[in-house]
Amino acid sequence: MLRDLFTGAKKQNAIMPNAKSKNDVPEGIMTKCPQCKHVEPTKELAKQLKVCPKCDFHYKMTAQERIDSLVDEGTFVSMDDHLVTENPLEFPSYAAKVKKDAEKTGLNEAVLTGTGKIDGNDVAIAVMDPHFRMGSMGSVVGEKITRAVEKATELGIPMLIFSASGGARMQEGVLSLMQMAKTSVALNRHSEKGLLYISIMTYPTTGGVSASFASVGDINLAEPKALIGFAGRRVIEQTVREKLPEDFQTAEFLLDHGQLDAVVHRVDLQDMLSRIIRLHTEGKAAQ
Amino acid sequence: MKKTMSFEEPIIKLREKIQELTEFTETNEVDLSAEIHNLNDRLAKLEDDIYGNMDTWERVQVARHPERPTTYDYIGALFEDFIELHGDRCFGDDAAIVGGIGTFNGKPVTIIGHQRGKDTKENVKRTFGMPHPEGYRKALRLMKQAEKFKRPIICLIDTKGAYPGRAAEERGQSEAIARNLVEMAGLTVPVISIVIGEGGSGGALALGVANRIYMLEHSTYSVISPEGAASILWKDAAYAKEAAEAMKITAPDLLKMEIIDEIIPEVLGGGHRNPKVQAEYMKNVLVKSLDELGKLDENALIQDRYEKFRKIGVFSVK
Repeated sequence: MLRDLFTGAKKQNAIMPNAKSKNDVPEGIMTKCPQCKHVEPTKELAKQLKVCPKCDFHYKMTAQERIDSLVDEGTFVSMDDHLVTENPLEFPSYAAKVKKDAEKTGLNEAVLTGTGKIDGNDVAIAVMDPHFRMGSMGSVVGEKITRAVEKATELGIPMLIFSASGGARMQEGVLSLMQMAKTSVALNRHSEKGLLYISIMTYPTTGGVSASFASVGDINLAEPKALIGFAGRRVIEQTVREKLPEDFQTAEFLLDHGQLDAVVHRVDLQDMLSRIIRLHTEGKAAQ
Repeated sequence: MKKTMSFEEPIIKLREKIQELTEFTETNEVDLSAEIHNLNDRLAKLEDDIYGNMDTWERVQVARHPERPTTYDYIGALFEDFIELHGDRCFGDDAAIVGGIGTFNGKPVTIIGHQRGKDTKENVKRTFGMPHPEGYRKALRLMKQAEKFKRPIICLIDTKGAYPGRAAEERGQSEAIARNLVEMAGLTVPVISIVIGEGGSGGALALGVANRIYMLEHSTYSVISPEGAASILWKDAAYAKEAAEAMKITAPDLLKMEIIDEIIPEVLGGGHRNPKVQAEYMKNVLVKSLDELGKLDENALIQDRYEKFRKIGVFSVK
């Protein structure tokens, strides 16, 4: 019957798989875009730098994927993989959680640091990994970033930090808070030497990371739609009791409010970074 | 907020009792001086016992006491010729951070601090001592001014945290805090910070990248408020007491972690019980540290601050 064609029930019985299997994209082989629901073979997605071909949604990247996508092949040398997180406040189950994430990600902590070349230019680079304790910053993250900045200062090369973090790591208490200051004193020294620091904010850059090194690049970049902000949306909604705009705390919102130099599509990022670095190093050579 | 903290109720009751008896002897012709003397001895012992053994949550209550002296109170008690300076020159004047110039021991200094309100009306004006970006930018402007005129900078920290609001985000709360951290690192004059009440997260640290960091005995310094920690850890802000203990936020905790230089003792029961004497305690420490830091040249001051923060963190090496 013609009318049956328009009834949802009939349709589901006849053609559509049930609701559960609809959401069950085979793990690993296919990846479904959380924004437009487009399903893309995972291998293809990786080739496209984990950007949805239909809607430009930027998937989270692991630190290693980020390095692979940007740094000239074979030039990356990682630093400080031997630092181990302690449990200074003796927080229950903290050590086990860190251990689990270390196994899951293959990293010692929520940031991967080192030196390498981007389009032939020497850089020191720190890439936070949101898959490790939500990229939160404790003592080891602060120490690794500080050491990377110090390395950049020592070698006289640009520093790049890719932020992806929920903020300070609560389980290390005020020690985490102080990592904001520790990274800042190192960046001040780097800056005083006339050296370049580019901050690239990715999804998500919030709390103590947003309120320290991520916001003070000589040039501040962000990926499209990246969540960037100090206080959480829910906290703000509770205090101000007003509905916040849809795009609140997105990269585009920050660009509109003068907090960013540019929002850069992931596909264009390597070229953009390379151009910025050249504009700074060539200027130096001419002096 | 209640002015009597629950843990000090036995003291208050005993004090009332002594008061009663004293009044009774005045109106009636009975000599109770022996009893009163005894009770006063008991009171002294009780005060020592209760005020001398405060746990973390009791300290939090003292740090938040509505009568606890604020930045303005200490400015009045510690500095002469104080002139308040307003505004960030960009957007506005945030009343949650106050600052200005004055003299300390006869020498010009710049003073900057978070400012809570003493009542609801004033708290609304000062957003409960929780600054907006223009507050941090005013602070930085005054620090740069101090640097130009080679004045030491004294910061008083007393905030639950930076204000979480739409306007604050729009105007770059993150950048304002972050900028202060980086710029304070490079200041060529002595910087001394004292946590006088609550030191809440990045909003406190933005006045805290100093050569010397002190905490009043019952102040707290933390990455997140006890309520915030509780709602994350146990999904319930009612566990704030447990969270406060777990987060290690008291002055002795921070001294043990070697984050602060020294604890400034408080008047028994808390600074609010005698603000004048409390200011004296602070004065002694300020005199000493300004003297020490006065011997360092510009580069040595920056180096000193670098080393101070560079070593903070607990980790091991595989």
